[in-house]
Amino acid sequence: MDKVILKVFRGDSNGGTEQDYEVPTFEGMVVLDAIHYIQINLDSTLACRWNCKAAKCGSCSAEINGVPRLMCKTHVSDMAANGRPIVVHPLKTFPVIRDLVTDVSWNYRNSEKIKPLQLAPDAPKPLVMQQMDVDRIQEFRKCIECFLCQTVCHILRNHNVKEQFYGPRQLIKLANLDMHPYDALDRREMIRKEAGVGFCNITKCCTEVCPEHIHITDNGIIPLKERVADEYFDPIQHLIRKLSGADKKKK
Amino acid sequence: MTENYDLFEHDVLVIGAGGAGLRAVISASQAGLNVGLVCKSLLGKAHTVMAEGGVAGALGNLDKKDCWEVHFKDTMKGGQFINNWRIVEIFAKEAPERVLELEQWGAVFDRTPDGLILQRPFGGHTYRRLSHVGDRTGLEIIRTLQDKAVSCGIKTYMEVTFTRLLKDGDRVVGAIGYYRPSGKFIAIKAKAVVLATGGWGRMFKVTSNSWESTGDGVMMAYEAGAELLDMEMVQFHPTGMVWPPGVRGLLVTEGVRGDGGILRNSKGERFMFKPEYMPEMYRGQYAETEEEAHRWLEDKDNNRRPPELLPRDVVARSIYKEVLAGRGSEHGGVYLDITHRGADFIRRKLPSMYDQFYALGGVDITKQPMEVYPTIHYTMGGIRTEPESCATTVPGLYAAGEVAAGLHGANRLGGNSLSDILVFGRRAGDGAAEFAKAASHGSLDERQIEEEMSLMLAPFTCEGKENPYRLTQELQEAMQEGAMIARNEEGLSKCLQTILSLQERAKNLHVDGAREYNPGWHTARDIRYMLKTSEVIVRCALERKESRGAQWRTDYPDRDPEWGKKNLIAGKEGDQVKVSTRPMSEMPPELAKLFEEGK
Repeated sequence: MDKVILKVFRGDSNGGTEQDYEVPTFEGMVVLDAIHYIQINLDSTLACRWNCKAAKCGSCSAEINGVPRLMCKTHVSDMAANGRPIVVHPLKTFPVIRDLVTDVSWNYRNSEKIKPLQLAPDAPKPLVMQQMDVDRIQEFRKCIECFLCQTVCHILRNHNVKEQFYGPRQLIKLANLDMHPYDALDRREMIRKEAGVGFCNITKCCTEVCPEHIHITDNGIIPLKERVADEYFDPIQHLIRKLSGADKKKK
Repeated sequence: MTENYDLFEHDVLVIGAGGAGLRAVISASQAGLNVGLVCKSLLGKAHTVMAEGGVAGALGNLDKKDCWEVHFKDTMKGGQFINNWRIVEIFAKEAPERVLELEQWGAVFDRTPDGLILQRPFGGHTYRRLSHVGDRTGLEIIRTLQDKAVSCGIKTYMEVTFTRLLKDGDRVVGAIGYYRPSGKFIAIKAKAVVLATGGWGRMFKVTSNSWESTGDGVMMAYEAGAELLDMEMVQFHPTGMVWPPGVRGLLVTEGVRGDGGILRNSKGERFMFKPEYMPEMYRGQYAETEEEAHRWLEDKDNNRRPPELLPRDVVARSIYKEVLAGRGSEHGGVYLDITHRGADFIRRKLPSMYDQFYALGGVDITKQPMEVYPTIHYTMGGIRTEPESCATTVPGLYAAGEVAAGLHGANRLGGNSLSDILVFGRRAGDGAAEFAKAASHGSLDERQIEEEMSLMLAPFTCEGKENPYRLTQELQEAMQEGAMIARNEEGLSKCLQTILSLQERAKNLHVDGAREYNPGWHTARDIRYMLKTSEVIVRCALERKESRGAQWRTDYPDRDPEWGKKNLIAGKEGDQVKVSTRPMSEMPPELAKLFEEGK
């Protein structure tokens, strides 16, 4: 295969169409290389985001042959099997700004609402934490904010409940803080209400597309659901709290 | 033509949202000021995210003998003594506190068996000094600072590119730029401005830098009259990927060598043991046999470090020489082998390297060696700043991080950039805040704004035919050929001529399309800064007639003690780049003494 056809979405918030580009290939070429080839040689106005080209920054997210992926990590040879054209579209869940660039500001607005780590007053300085106690939150901290999990999540993608559900990325952020050995905040109310953990019905699509291989659902969201269930929906806990008056003492 | 622009006002404006910029907004905002943060990309995508190996600070969690004095000495030696001793002193003293503070803000570093922050060995550092999270330390730091900064209530302008600092008399009073998504202009008025715009590796063909590293920050400062320091000092990281072509130049962390990675040539020789590659200054401090180097992996107290952990300039030159002598690997690099550490260790300590080679290069680094070759990585030179406040030579303008100079001298040690951005990001934020508290707003000069907007828009209406991407490629090829790792008078002069002719051609840049998110237009903007920065680098490299650190002149192969007493200064004089030298201040006796005591 010495060349490949890319069908790239061109357009803006008013809509757009796919445009075909013929691009010569080389060994190890990734889709982002092909997009750069188009910008340099065929159409300098083609808009896309990218930064590190090493799958570390999470900027070049797109939907390639219908699957959310990082363009810098996706080989042309894998996508163009049997001379098939490669179809490149912007993330479907977010409004298009231009071509492959979408408005992802919703993610940043929600992220801002999550209070950062608040250390317990008795936390030692420097902190003393065993590796085995931080292994699980280090997994969540690998997130590069590519928002592939957000775009693939059908709750956001098909049902568009952005006002009620923060999506997998922010749940992972909450899981990280909630499981930090020294975090002093009770985040359960936020996890349940604002972040809407209940909306997730564990289809694990987010885990499948995560380029950092974070077990978003199993290790992050399900434990959060359990935390919330213990607090709000466990009848025995509920009874104990009623009898002891503990639910009046808000942490 | 009357163009409109949005106007905002802040006490302190920070341009650049990598680690230095974020740390600066945190301290300026903790000083009670109204702070604006401008980032060229989305928040959290800046180059800090790519830092891998760790952040250097003498916590002494593993090696109790480590202390700021040893970090000071290592850094001065690594920089071959043209660093500013006062900047290095502040740096070495404050780095541990800045690292610990990150932990209080949510960073989760790898742990020692005692539950403290784990530290790894790195090139040029005497002790295990780099706090790290596997090989994604930069991500950990930028995310921690980003969350902290956002919670301070700052105003963030994402995907906004600034193009010029605005002056009122001698003083910087704001800046102008454009929103990438809409293509419209924006000006921000500020009592003080902090530049934290990073480095400029993009003008070389083989680079580990992203599209952002175009030198716009350093050139905005230059245009505003700031002095630049030792601009010829550009770091070639010894280990960039070489294959496949699409990833050429991508960084391979020094952490691989820190964790025992071995360099071999095509003959299978562990060439870093060759005596001719050992600089006089480091003789006797590194393992002299492969057996000792191997024992060091398990017993660091009684064995010396392997020579793969010499400073970056030394290792990069050695690789270059091996390949030049015909002992290179299949694709023109050398081999870097970590397989002897075992698959579990590698996947735990170097997960992103494992992924990077597996996904992008089709190489399983737990089973096969990597192929590596030097790549442009970092710029030691930059804006001259005051050690305490990070003030530049222009009132109201501050600089921190890679865009500033003075800490790393002729060569930066791995891990020192992450502590640099923390220590001096904080100090720049404090310095700017102090200035802003004592100052009132200056007035913006409409003429400067109009001028800049016309300049920016010119390529849309220019009748010339020059393509910004082609011009960029030609510049990258010229710099790669003439100003890379081995430099000489002839190559540099030829490179300079090419740069000057490209500057002429750049007047005929033409771009198509609309202003909204137009990468061609943006590239046309970038090339202005890239060409000027390249000119300054090459002029300084021509001027420094010696070899020191990253500057290797094949026609002046030795270190010249006279050049060790001064810095090269570049500044704007009319339309010309003026290059001069300035004597360095003498190190005070209490610091000089450290080098005698062998402490």
